[in-house]
Amino acid sequence: MAGEFVSIITSDDPAVRDASLDAACAGLDTKALLDGCDELEDFRRGSSNLYERVRALFFLYSIHRFHLPTRLSAKARQAQIPFHGYEHLLSRRFEEAIDAFLKIQREEGPSDSISSALASAYHQLAFQTLANQVRRSVRSVPGNQWMFRMGHHANHPLRLREELLRVGEDDTYPILREQTPVRMDLSHAGWSDIFFLGMDYPEGARVINVSIDLGVHGRDAKPRPPVEAYLRVIDKPILRLTSVDLGATADINDLAEVFDFARDYLGLLKAAVIASGIVPPGIEGSGKRLSKLLERICGPGRGLELVSNVNNIPKGSRLAVSTNLLAALVAVCMRATRQTQNLTGKLAESERRVVLARALLGEWLGGSGGGWQDSGGVWPGIKLIEGVAANEGDSEMGVSRGRLMPQHKILRDGDCAADIRERLQDSLVLVHGGMAQNVGPILEMVTEKYLLRSEKEWQARQQALGVLEDILGALKTGDVRKIGESTTFNFAEPIQTIIPWASTYFTEQLIERAGNSFGDDFWGFWMLGGMSGGGMGFIFDPKRKAEAQTRMAEIMSQAKTEMEHSLPFAMDPVVYDFEINDNGTFGTLLADDEALMPANYYTVRVPDLLRRPPQELPVRERAELDKFGAACRHTPELSGMVQTLFDVMLPKGASESEDARSLWDLKREFGFDQAQHERIRADLKEGVIGLAQNRLRSDTSIEDVTGEELIDVRETSDGARHQSAGESALKNGEVAVVTLAAGAGSRWTQGAGVVKALHPFCRLGATHRTFIETHLAKSRKIGDAVGNPLPHIFTTSYLTHGPIQDVLKLQHNYGYQGTVSLSPGKSIGLRMIPMVRDLRFAWEEMPQQVLDEQQQKVRDSLRTALIGWAEGAGEGCDYTDNLPLQCLHPVGHWYEIPNLLLNGTLAGLLKERPQLRYLMLHNIDTLGADVNPMLLGTHIKNGSDLSFEVISRRLEDRGGGLASVNGRPRLLEGLAMPREEDEFKLSYYNTMTTWISIDPLLASFGLTRADLNDPAKIGEGVRSLAARMPTYITLKDVKKRWGHGQEDVFPVTQFEKLWSDMTALNEVNSNFLLVPRLRGQQLKDQAQLDGWLRDGSAAYVEDLCKW
Amino acid sequence: MLDEIHDAGIEDVAVVISPGDQTAFEEGLGADGSRVTYVEQAEPLGFGHAVWSAREFTAADPFLLLVSDHLYVSGSETGCAKQLVEIAEAEDCAVSGVQSTHESSLPNYGAVGGRLEPGRRGLYEIAEVMEKPSPTQAEQSLMVPGLRAGHYLCYFGMHVLTPRVMDLLSEQVYKIRESGGVHLSQALRQLADRERYLAAEIDGRRYDIGQKYGLLTAQMAIALDGDDRDDVLVQLLELLAAEKR
Repeated sequence: MAGEFVSIITSDDPAVRDASLDAACAGLDTKALLDGCDELEDFRRGSSNLYERVRALFFLYSIHRFHLPTRLSAKARQAQIPFHGYEHLLSRRFEEAIDAFLKIQREEGPSDSISSALASAYHQLAFQTLANQVRRSVRSVPGNQWMFRMGHHANHPLRLREELLRVGEDDTYPILREQTPVRMDLSHAGWSDIFFLGMDYPEGARVINVSIDLGVHGRDAKPRPPVEAYLRVIDKPILRLTSVDLGATADINDLAEVFDFARDYLGLLKAAVIASGIVPPGIEGSGKRLSKLLERICGPGRGLELVSNVNNIPKGSRLAVSTNLLAALVAVCMRATRQTQNLTGKLAESERRVVLARALLGEWLGGSGGGWQDSGGVWPGIKLIEGVAANEGDSEMGVSRGRLMPQHKILRDGDCAADIRERLQDSLVLVHGGMAQNVGPILEMVTEKYLLRSEKEWQARQQALGVLEDILGALKTGDVRKIGESTTFNFAEPIQTIIPWASTYFTEQLIERAGNSFGDDFWGFWMLGGMSGGGMGFIFDPKRKAEAQTRMAEIMSQAKTEMEHSLPFAMDPVVYDFEINDNGTFGTLLADDEALMPANYYTVRVPDLLRRPPQELPVRERAELDKFGAACRHTPELSGMVQTLFDVMLPKGASESEDARSLWDLKREFGFDQAQHERIRADLKEGVIGLAQNRLRSDTSIEDVTGEELIDVRETSDGARHQSAGESALKNGEVAVVTLAAGAGSRWTQGAGVVKALHPFCRLGATHRTFIETHLAKSRKIGDAVGNPLPHIFTTSYLTHGPIQDVLKLQHNYGYQGTVSLSPGKSIGLRMIPMVRDLRFAWEEMPQQVLDEQQQKVRDSLRTALIGWAEGAGEGCDYTDNLPLQCLHPVGHWYEIPNLLLNGTLAGLLKERPQLRYLMLHNIDTLGADVNPMLLGTHIKNGSDLSFEVISRRLEDRGGGLASVNGRPRLLEGLAMPREEDEFKLSYYNTMTTWISIDPLLASFGLTRADLNDPAKIGEGVRSLAARMPTYITLKDVKKRWGHGQEDVFPVTQFEKLWSDMTALNEVNSNFLLVPRLRGQQLKDQAQLDGWLRDGSAAYVEDLCKW
Repeated sequence: MLDEIHDAGIEDVAVVISPGDQTAFEEGLGADGSRVTYVEQAEPLGFGHAVWSAREFTAADPFLLLVSDHLYVSGSETGCAKQLVEIAEAEDCAVSGVQSTHESSLPNYGAVGGRLEPGRRGLYEIAEVMEKPSPTQAEQSLMVPGLRAGHYLCYFGMHVLTPRVMDLLSEQVYKIRESGGVHLSQALRQLADRERYLAAEIDGRRYDIGQKYGLLTAQMAIALDGDDRDDVLVQLLELLAAEKR
């Protein structure tokens, strides 16, 4: 096999070059794989070719992530990941990290832990290499280069057009307006617009996209370009930036502030000012004055005002609204500064290409980034966008096979006649389903799968290219029905073969219900952008389009109501009206009476002007107010503006705040303890508790446990004996399952506040399954096997109880035969504004993953803004500026067992099953955990009070583990580690799955079974044990939704008591069981799903289930 | 400037002036005034129109075109105009003087793009002409291999042009209602499509007296290039050494 991996990369023969890595690895043993890795490592370090280096990195990643772990024996020595290697990884010093991990691998042999660290390092280095190349290419696009050389205002080569300096008769400057359509893609041929695909596989990078005007059906009179940018001169040497849709405005007079992207909601406008060359990127950090720079461009004493407006089109539309807005802003700035031939009208092709290059630059500056088709709205009509092979003279020549910049071919009458385009318009119902999800992980998965050429994904890619050809053919012949068939097939087959996560249960339901409602008149589904759930298209027989628009609104609304607790919806679904736009981006000079900003601009700007005495207003602003006043009287768009301004300027009364009342109700209902809250607040403010105080004393000895301190049940000789004991207990009905389902899964949906337990996260057994259904399916299988159904308890909280109860009722407990009960939470906390001290500790003192250059700058800027928010809002004050449910928090999973006592669930169960002796407690996301008879038997035979399951640690398993603390084995939370590096001494990670012997557990609360009907005694027992449990202060990200699908994330403080601290109690006899990884691993983040499916974990879980 | 022209071997000189300015020019030029033909530009319709006004004077001959607000100091024994005329004679085609100019000065000049004539130093065949381009446009269309990054070939204010330029300007004059003006750079762009048209890097410096402190700079440059160089230098040094109050 020598050199086989390298030859796949270097071969010119497509049959070899496109071979799958998985196939090449099949049949290779550990040694052969490691030899292959050594060759790949040497090869990538020696290669100067971008594609070769990146593909080798992905091969290395894949071998360490998917192939080596399956070949390593469970008994193989588990090497510890060196902390200094981890630190290199956090600092993005990937090569040094790889060196550190390889050194351990050489010295101690291969191991699962080191492979996980290497996989992470190779993966990150691969994407870093790609990002660096895209950045280099963006900088080297002709038209962009000069901006990186310009470092002094005296050298600024741009001058404003004279037309913009001509003051009108009404004493105001004219306004330059740019109107830009958005784009919808008929097919992106398997996300082939991702930069690296276009740059490596230009012949396969093909997209058909359509520029469209939009209106919200039933709200807007007619569709219009949804994206607008306005520019005018002002008599002040500043930049005045206003985002009408986000209601934000700022006067910027400091150069550094232009580069401070996350300070406010004006990041996109700032990126446009920079990418258009007005404040070129080369001048960042020069210390020059912005006023001098503006003087050079506009003349002495003058500045520029730039305004963006999105006509209320919601975020997550999958129509590339923000990229096209960026393009519109860049275009208007370029027109104003003579960088285009004409001030107004359409752009020339060469100018559109510069706008595209600048939008790419702007996205990179803003730390975001879409594909290269996203600025499609700049071009008119329907166009085929294709990758282009790099040729002599291109900066990419010799570096990658393709160029960064694609070419656009506008489909003229011969390719798609006007009447055909009209037919398409008459058939398509365009909607926003309401979900707004981050498409970034999907784009990473696509890149990875492309490079690994996994067989079925590679075939799917070829299939997607065929679909694109079919659509082009159907556009030519005008067969809209065929287009519907093609887009449906595209979604169902190639797209989901490459990325199953592009679909959601919500989408599947919409398609099914549209089909049920319209039968043969429903011609097809059309996924827009990177994933479904947000912007989507449904194609109908044109004679039923009007009806379909109404019906789809109903279907979406109903489905959203059913699923809003299980899936992250950012807004209510909407149906759009749309028209194909034949101009592309278009500029207009508005002068005199016509020179008005969009209506809502005035609600942002005018209140400030009205508050100032008229005589103090500069002449231009006074003239602006006069003009606005006159326009309010006779311009329909400004009717009602007086009332709107009134509402904006006068504060709302407290009586209007409904939310405050319901928060009060919730606190009362869910057992909020005001006295405890005030005590915690006082301690927090005084610094008695806090992130730094979570840690154990620095002189605490933290060591790894020895082999004798845990039981390795993976290869135990007692297996048969224990299995039999477990089966016997199961048959006798001595055990029940407790699934922790109280949390919202902050990481799962980035603080969206949905019920993780109800998330239909994956297709298992051919349909989307929720976590709850999956856990019940495992219990069903065990119960059926032993002939006695397992009682199954789901613990819930204020956030999850109602939705889980509703779903279980609706689904008839998913047909589960045994007892299913809910254990509602009896404790609740109110989140607080964080202490700046804690924010700084988390962000400055804790080791942090440094982000890519520009993203890191944006994050730093955001954190500065959040520290300002905490100071302004009052450190340690109650967090109430959000939906009530987002202001409250569960108080940690330690309380879940006391809740079983407090709410009577355990008492009820014991009454039903007096023989019940054991509980298996596990997290909602530990999908591999089931009531395994052998493990149950091990717990019983060992006579433990509590048996905690641990797994061998991988790099991603952070947050604590099994440690010998001052010589005593116990589980230690990551929060409590005296030093960050202590965690890296630990070989085993806590899965949270716990086998509990009920009677000893009750004893730890000072209770017996007989006491379970005595609430006072239970209360006393819980309080007294709670007092011995440490209280941790944590920061949680909470989303606040506003506007049209906009979301802000705030770090808020809450407190928790954690279950694993039970192992610190001397009187509780805890044991630790080392279980297989597939059983113990947790799904914390949706980005893990793809690997989970590919590495056999999903199949493992499916095998445990009976649906 | 007249000396520069005469040194280049040109005897017949026309100055394009605004109507009514001839007397002032005659007085200013003194004895030299009689050697000059005055051509009035009837209306201010652009630089191209001013050039076109002299079409009868140039008739069927090639001509040297200079702008009156530029002064030149040669870097060699041969005057700037003479350098240009010699190249035009040798190459037998239109030639514009150019100078490698930093992009920050692009808003002030016309600029050309093209390729180096094989085996010739400082001589380029022009493919593109743009008037006061933005750096964005310049980077896309006017990049010339061999120049320093951020530098472009900008007009030196000195051209040897063929009679076809007058024809091209005439076409613009006929369509003046559409275009709103007559532009030399547009005619030169068209010239590059119709016949061989070169750009020559001139060994010398151009001083645009229309710029801020342009006249002062030009005077100093000429003074430092003349017989009194040492005296001027001494005075400048005294100025520099004087304490700022």
